[in-house]
Amino acid sequence: MKRKIPVIITSLVGTVLILSVFFPPAERMGEDFSIFFDIIAVFAFFLGGGNLVRIHGNKIYKKARDWGFSAVTLAGFFLMLAAGLFKIANPGGIAADVTAQGSLFQMLYDWIFNPLGASMYALLAFYVASASYRAFRAKNKEATILLIAAFIILLGRTPLGVYATAWIPEQFSLMQIPNLAIWIMTAPNLAGQRAIMIGIALGVISMSLRLILGVERTYLGTDNE
Amino acid sequence: MKRQFLLLLLLCFAVAAPLATAQTAEDSPLSGEAAVAVSPAPGPVSNIQLKDTDNDHGHSVTLSWEISPDDGAGLNNVIGYEIHRALSPEGPFVKRAGVPAGSHSHVDVGSKEESSPDYMKDYIDYYYKIRTITADSAVNAESTVAGPIQSYGQWFNTGRVPVLIFVACFLALTLYFINRAKGGADLYVRPLAGIGAVDEAIGRATEMGKPILYVLGLGTAADIATIASYTILGRVAKKVAEYQTGLIVPCYDPIVMTVAQETVKASYADAGRPDSYKEDMVYFVTQSQFAYVAAVNGTMLRDLPATNIYMGKFYAESLILAETGALAGSIQIAGTDEIAQIPFFVVACDYTLIGEELYAASAYLGREPLLLGSLKAQDYAKAGVILIALVGFILLNFGVDGFKEFFFVSN
Repeated sequence: MKRKIPVIITSLVGTVLILSVFFPPAERMGEDFSIFFDIIAVFAFFLGGGNLVRIHGNKIYKKARDWGFSAVTLAGFFLMLAAGLFKIANPGGIAADVTAQGSLFQMLYDWIFNPLGASMYALLAFYVASASYRAFRAKNKEATILLIAAFIILLGRTPLGVYATAWIPEQFSLMQIPNLAIWIMTAPNLAGQRAIMIGIALGVISMSLRLILGVERTYLGTDNE
Repeated sequence: MKRQFLLLLLLCFAVAAPLATAQTAEDSPLSGEAAVAVSPAPGPVSNIQLKDTDNDHGHSVTLSWEISPDDGAGLNNVIGYEIHRALSPEGPFVKRAGVPAGSHSHVDVGSKEESSPDYMKDYIDYYYKIRTITADSAVNAESTVAGPIQSYGQWFNTGRVPVLIFVACFLALTLYFINRAKGGADLYVRPLAGIGAVDEAIGRATEMGKPILYVLGLGTAADIATIASYTILGRVAKKVAEYQTGLIVPCYDPIVMTVAQETVKASYADAGRPDSYKEDMVYFVTQSQFAYVAAVNGTMLRDLPATNIYMGKFYAESLILAETGALAGSIQIAGTDEIAQIPFFVVACDYTLIGEELYAASAYLGREPLLLGSLKAQDYAKAGVILIALVGFILLNFGVDGFKEFFFVSN
């Protein structure tokens, strides 16, 4: 019973959502189900916050390994929470918007949270470089093709690529590096992407049917009913 | 002296007066308007056609018209059109929308919520007129009133018939192969290297005495990729429970965390080791993308997991995670349906499930006949799509457009 009810709900909601694609009167029901999901999501935020406090609180209490990180996490969590809930140092007082300029919440967001996030994002540039170095080593035939294609595309996006092959006559313009880069992106690359997209679409339909038909139950932990 | 002063004053006045007049004429908009001739009004739009919008749930009317003769030609002073609606031909007309010059049609969509001020009731008469506007707000031209027209909903969206046919065929194929599987048919499914490596990776972690890190991605519980990831997590957790290896599942979304907790718990119970399940195996981190990456990277570098498994929806964080894992020396298996992230995983991970392989993984891992049946249907559907693409390619090159038209899908 514990597993039958979720399967019945999944089948019902899935069927309605499929029908809403083809039968306009069912659109409303589909939208309602989406709203139900949003309502559940609101309650889940409490679950997330509760879990965070419990896990890190336990680590601090037990002085587990790296408990200092947990202390920083909880300090940050409670500081942001208090700054937002009580609108600490909010120029307009408790009635004003929490994100008002000058409020502690906004300052924490602008001067600590945002720069930290941006720093993490900036790491991506270095990781792209190290990943490219590994990917573009011509170890075999496929990797060599990848290397050549990547080299043409990189060169095609720079002024050097334009200058290097500007002398090629107009009737052979495809051989100019910028045009070659565009061709690689719009012909072989796009064809490959579309093939993957078709596969994904079929996979999504297949997975959805498995869920609706109740064949796929592993997400419920059901090996033994 | 007095006379000289008066003469000087007159001279100054004579010089200053025309200048002052010119200044006034430039500054005063009123004088300017008086000086500039009123621009002529453009011609109104004609032949307004109204119809209920096709294939919708009602509350919408589609308008089409022939543009003003002064739109892009003639006086060439039209900058757009305003759509006005009323409940009677006499009005009052209310402006519903504005569209730029050159537009031939507009869909007037009202709200279906009765409480909304924009509510558009079905099965009542509506009248429309279109105002042709110019840069001068005082110069415009109104069309004749068109109508009445009623909006109403349709029961079936005829624009999506090809999709319905495809889904029906796919469903029939799936049911056929599931029945065959139930009947005991031996269904061959191509091997997936990434999934084959999961068992090996869990074994390696057991030998090294190090945990397995499982990342569900940034998707919500409603994403199919996340649901597929749950099923793989279930299989991985069961193996982990059997081998008594550690498992770390940091979550980005609280709902995903809740479902993942239940999945892992049930897998431990299925493996006959419910006591080995610990609450802190699956935990919530944050819903901020890069803060989540920082936390997971920290876990990778501190705990040095033997295996990192990334399955689900990933965005810009994919490469940061996978490269950190590679630096930490972990075996990495990834799978995502985000096309833009697949190359990053291919580069940085040992095994990658590309697109649909993520969905196939759970069926492949379980080797259950029912799930394999649906995989088989998927393979046949793929073959069908390839065949249709080839036929379409040939027919289009021979100038036969009808085949392409059949697959046209409207909203």
